[in-house]
Amino acid sequence: MRWGVLQFPGSCDERDALAACERSGGKARLVWHEERDLDGIDAVVVPGGFSYGDYLRAGAIARFSPAMESVSKFAATGGPVLGICNGFQVLCEAGLLPGSLLLNESMRFICRQLDLVDAGGERLSIPAKHGEGRYFAPEGVLDALEANGQVAYRYAPGQNPNGSARDIAGVRNQTGNVVGLMPHPEHAVDPLTGSTDGLRVFEAVAAAGVAA
Amino acid sequence: MPRARVLIRPKEGILDPQGKAVERALPALGFEGIEHVRVGRMVELEAEDPERLGELCEKLLANPLIEDYEIEQLDGAA
Repeated sequence: MRWGVLQFPGSCDERDALAACERSGGKARLVWHEERDLDGIDAVVVPGGFSYGDYLRAGAIARFSPAMESVSKFAATGGPVLGICNGFQVLCEAGLLPGSLLLNESMRFICRQLDLVDAGGERLSIPAKHGEGRYFAPEGVLDALEANGQVAYRYAPGQNPNGSARDIAGVRNQTGNVVGLMPHPEHAVDPLTGSTDGLRVFEAVAAAGVAA
Repeated sequence: MPRARVLIRPKEGILDPQGKAVERALPALGFEGIEHVRVGRMVELEAEDPERLGELCEKLLANPLIEDYEIEQLDGAA
């Protein structure tokens, strides 16, 4: 599995994402935001950070970058894409994932280890760190997401840190190849920092690519 | 170039924590009887072709899923 990790001005988690891709058994390289060439890449990570300073709205400007144009085409042909935190916000702004991420209900930047529950009911211990992570979509869209099995990750009961609708921490698109989540699986890949559960997120994305 | 002003605000029904925080702070300053505070943003710009401002708002300035916008042509109204 050859991963491409996008890098925007203002990205800050791309190095951890590279390391996570490699620890999950793949190879990885950075893709600068002005690059259009995704040849030879089997899966894409849109990493966390503050792309283009998050001016206007988080992710609003990054979605127009040349690299994101290529990612949109890549996703449309079934290529696996993982958006983490700011990357999730970018994918929502780009229309590759439904919904939007709003200012945390508390208005505070949150930074803590928490538990997620994946679609199969497995628990994952992964850190979250964001100021704008409150998942929002109209009620009808939320119902459709649940009915189609597009809710990829939820905050474990009682651990919703930001007021997200229906405790949603991450969603996937209808075809299942594009996934985004607010917490940071790339920061949970080494026992030294308390959890390696993040690797399972990368493995799940890689598996989606193998199936495609 | 023709000047315009775009007002962007959170859609009705979407929780606006900034508005809530402002509202909660008001009584301490002696401002009673103020409710439903909503905080948005304003973009001032000059546009060669004001006809395209709607498209600009839909694509970039606002996120139509969560925000409403109004375009005000400044020179035309003067």
